[in-house]
Amino acid sequence: MSANTISIVVVGNGMVGHHFVEQITNHDKTDSSINYKVTVLSAEPRLAYDRVHLSEYFSGKTADDLALTTPEQYQALGVDFHLEAAVVDIDKQAKVVKTQSGQSFTYDKLIMATGSYPFVPPIEGNDQPHCLVYRTIEDLEDISASAKVSKTGVVVGGGLLGLEAANALREAGLETHVVEFAPQLMAVQVDTGGGRLLKDKIESLGVQVHTQKATQRIEAGQTSRYRMCFADGEFLETDMILFSAGIRPQDTLARQYELNIGERGGIVVDNHCVTSDPDIYAIGECALWNNFIFGLVAPGYTMARAAASHITGGDVEFLGADMSTKLKLMGVEVGSIGDAHARIPGAQTYIYENQPDGVYKKIVVNQEQSVLLGAVLVGDTSDYDTLLQYALNGIDLPENPESLILPVTGDAPSGGLGADALPDTATICSCHNVSKGDIIAAFDGGACDLSGVKSCTKASTGCGGCSALLKTVVDSELGKRGVEVKKDICEHFAYSRQELYHMVKVGKIKTFDDLIAKHGHGLGCEICKPAVGSIMASVWNDFVLEKPHVALQDTNDTYLGNMQKNGTYSVVPRIAGGEITPDKLIVLGQVAKKYNLYTKVTGGQRIDLFGARVEQLPPIWEALIAAGFETGHAYAKSLRTVKSCVGSTWCRYGVQDSVGQAIDLENRYKGLRAPHKIKFGVSGCTRECAEAQSKDIGVIATENGWNLYVCGNGGMKPRHADLFATDLDDATLVKYIDRVLMFYVATADRLQRTSVWLENLEGGLAYLQDVVINDSLGLGDELEQQMQHITDTYQCEWKTAIEDESSRKRFRQFVNSDESDKNVVFVQERAQIRPATEAELDTLVKSGKGTEQIIDIVELA
Amino acid sequence: MNKEQNWTDICKLDDLVDNSGVCALVNGEQVAIFKVQTKDEAQFYAVSNWDPIGKANVLYRGLIGSVADKTVIISPLYKQRYCLQSGACLDDEQQNVSVYGVRVEGDKVQLDVV
Ligand code: SRM
Ligand SMILES: Cc1cc2nc3c(=O)[nH]c(=O)nc-3n(C[C@H](O)[C@H](O)[C@H](O)COP(=O)(O)OP(=O)(O)OC[C@H]3O[C@@H](n4cnc5c(N)ncnc54)[C@H](O)[C@@H]3O)c2cc1C
Ligand code: SF4
Ligand code: FES
Repeated sequence: MSANTISIVVVGNGMVGHHFVEQITNHDKTDSSINYKVTVLSAEPRLAYDRVHLSEYFSGKTADDLALTTPEQYQALGVDFHLEAAVVDIDKQAKVVKTQSGQSFTYDKLIMATGSYPFVPPIEGNDQPHCLVYRTIEDLEDISASAKVSKTGVVVGGGLLGLEAANALREAGLETHVVEFAPQLMAVQVDTGGGRLLKDKIESLGVQVHTQKATQRIEAGQTSRYRMCFADGEFLETDMILFSAGIRPQDTLARQYELNIGERGGIVVDNHCVTSDPDIYAIGECALWNNFIFGLVAPGYTMARAAASHITGGDVEFLGADMSTKLKLMGVEVGSIGDAHARIPGAQTYIYENQPDGVYKKIVVNQEQSVLLGAVLVGDTSDYDTLLQYALNGIDLPENPESLILPVTGDAPSGGLGADALPDTATICSCHNVSKGDIIAAFDGGACDLSGVKSCTKASTGCGGCSALLKTVVDSELGKRGVEVKKDICEHFAYSRQELYHMVKVGKIKTFDDLIAKHGHGLGCEICKPAVGSIMASVWNDFVLEKPHVALQDTNDTYLGNMQKNGTYSVVPRIAGGEITPDKLIVLGQVAKKYNLYTKVTGGQRIDLFGARVEQLPPIWEALIAAGFETGHAYAKSLRTVKSCVGSTWCRYGVQDSVGQAIDLENRYKGLRAPHKIKFGVSGCTRECAEAQSKDIGVIATENGWNLYVCGNGGMKPRHADLFATDLDDATLVKYIDRVLMFYVATADRLQRTSVWLENLEGGLAYLQDVVINDSLGLGDELEQQMQHITDTYQCEWKTAIEDESSRKRFRQFVNSDESDKNVVFVQERAQIRPATEAELDTLVKSGKGTEQIIDIVELA
Repeated sequence: MNKEQNWTDICKLDDLVDNSGVCALVNGEQVAIFKVQTKDEAQFYAVSNWDPIGKANVLYRGLIGSVADKTVIISPLYKQRYCLQSGACLDDEQQNVSVYGVRVEGDKVQLDVV
């Protein structure tokens, strides 16, 4: 048995080291003749996490969210792992590695997956406390701590990572600068033209860019903590400095062990990722292949597969990788493919630049103009997927290659490559090396939808960059297999909610009957009727109980109350912001007593009166409305509550009037019908007593205004809201909320909370910010006008209902009798009523006892 | 078997609401009456108001809908669908609701109840 055991020690548990562990343990399961004993030695205090999405730590992701695995999973895989166990020594002869704490591990095969470390330029004074780097979770914790006591921050280095770091500083509320040595930003990926535009865009977002600046010294500052002195004699003052001036392969150990090292660092490996010692492999960012270090995760994953394959006798090799990138920073889209700088001899370029819209596109083709060699896209990367497929698969270019980047006007066909044009070998997901053929195989193997394909190929579970393309391929494959890609809301309408919304709006359709006659069939159902009712209300905001709408509403909407288990209703008047006067509280008490209602303070800072029989609803609401209350829409898919904390008026820490703001917001958005309910929270300071970050819309006061958070959720699957924009004044806050909510109303699925909506929104938060803040779809004004229409046409539905005889008639238990439902019986518990249980009902109904006998009734003053 | 019919006046035709329900109390029994109005005709249905699954008298407050060619009432409590013609529950074979005869004479709605 032990003869068949191969001990593998993996040094480093970064993304690539972890991928190797997954590959090798996965292999183990299928071949039982050899037993691989895997030991992982991690220098970090935790197991592998998603470094690619590290920046999301600043938008609320925790270390746990970013984790790629757990100790339990490693245990289940039989992997022995040690944390904070940096390897400090390798004994060549004995094949033993030693860790910092003195533990030794013998190996048959050693995997070096030590990654890289941030390069800090040798500048005098670079070792001071607020001079930091950006690579690990600990680094981010340091940055957060420093940002709290800093006003300005400088990022040294204007590459891909530097800009990402700058964005993080900007979001942390710092005045942010980027200092770059080269004449342009992202010099590796983007050409001069693109770089110029990129700089403009980033500066317009408030980040100051200083190119061609060589820092010579960091000394004490006059107005800030530090002063950075540049070679040209100029200086810049700042409270913190973040170095992002490139990475260096972590090859110290390998040097000690005298493995072959490249001239500028990196452990030299062959196509199997074997180093100059046949039992030692190097993978990921520490490995040098063909004199090249690959600073991206996808090539690292391929190396991990190649090494695992070599050990287990497979034939996967590492043959280089595509370094194309697409990213979106601060809402600026940048894409770079292949030979972006047109360095290949004979290369020809086409350039399209649209300065007013801030779009720059360049393609590089071969001399014959038949093959795409590279591309640069700034400001609009919608062509990225198509161009990448042309480049990677050598697909023949159309006759006029420029048509691929020129804006589509009129009916001209767009240059987009359909999934059908891709060969089966086309790589769809480079992180997990999934080709179009693999996806087809997944279907053949039984996968039947997008999530099935994802879980069996892992496509789109790495950097996520391929999600749009994956969906196109999956949809096309489904189509070919005769599976209709169904977005139909139900059997009565072959349309999605979004499509119905559109039809109602564009076709000016005002009734369900009209809509179903024109676009559907049958009588409708519990899915389409309320959905259409809600759409009509969002678009036209008519009274929901008007004749044509009555039959659409779910019972809760028809009777303007939530039905309880015994058929009675709850009564929830609006208590905007949770603020209520003693007089109004007394009225609530009196009404509750008069009608003998169970009374409870809700989780939404208001008071719920339960147990009202249907025929009692109108008089109850009449009394409440007379006292100045209005409906709380507790029954509707619409704005529920705006929770507030007491705020600056009373609280010694408050920096703004959160109660006032909550009341204003609640009054603005009350009555808005939406795909699902909407909740807000407004906190008066960062202590967040209103728990705004768990709401669809969260507002938190700052010294300078309000921070806006969006798309949080409590409930079944909690989600923290994302920080959307900072330090807004009242008007901008309302403008952004108008736009976010109306865009949600227009584009979400039925019964989709904002949280799920955002998570499914192509492009995610950055896209939403682009639509709302930069008005990228040019919809801003329209969205605001629609919201204004809703606000202007608001009516308290209960007021309208009780004033209208015909809708009042609906609140009768019987058409032919004034009796009430004998089956509604209450018993007393903790001095209030509750519905009788089935057993209690049997005895009480038989003895003819109802509620009235149990609790005294008082007269309403 | 030919059961004897017993048509009882319940309410006026305009007490009914298009594509919605009302409830009548007849001899202590609760009966839900529905008017299903399409472009060219009106259909009337009557079933027991008792939701056997939710265990409450609420069916008249449900939504009317269709499942293929069946016209159904959907319980407002837990959304089970009952065929208005047969009373069968489409979501649970074990359950059904009683069906009553209903007709309109002039402007009167009548139920056939014993
Ligand atoms: C009364 C109340 C519980 C209480 O006694 O405190 C309540 C009661 C109900 N909730 Fe709730 N929820 C109440 C606060 C909450 C909260 C807390 C909050 O708002 O801060 C949450 C979690 C926060 C959130 O929504 O993200 C909450 C998450 C839910 C959910 C799960 C939603 C989700 O996205 O996962 C449902 C189910 C649904 O909506 O589909 C639900 C559904 C319901 C329904 C409507 C279920 C039903 O159909 O009968 C309950 C009927 C209420 C009624 O008759 O008035 N209730 N519910 C609270 C009313 C607040 C108010 O004043 O309007
Ligand atoms: C902020 C940020 C954003 C990024 N964005 C992208 C992106 O969008 N797309 C993309 O493709 N790539 C991106 N990258 C790069 C990507 O994260 C790396 O390519 C990838 O993480 C490399 O994996 P690795 O395992 O080789 O190295 P690492 O993830 O660095 O892991 C190496 C591990 O080895 C440990 N180690 C080092 N020496 C020792 C020792 N002697 N003993 C034990 N352990 C040791 C280290 O502590 C570390 O935990 C980003 C990186 C950062 C920092
Ligand atoms: S948690 Fe469940 S039981 Fe409690 S109020 Fe909400 S929906 Fe009802
Ligand atoms: S390309 Fe990164 S997840 Fe597919």
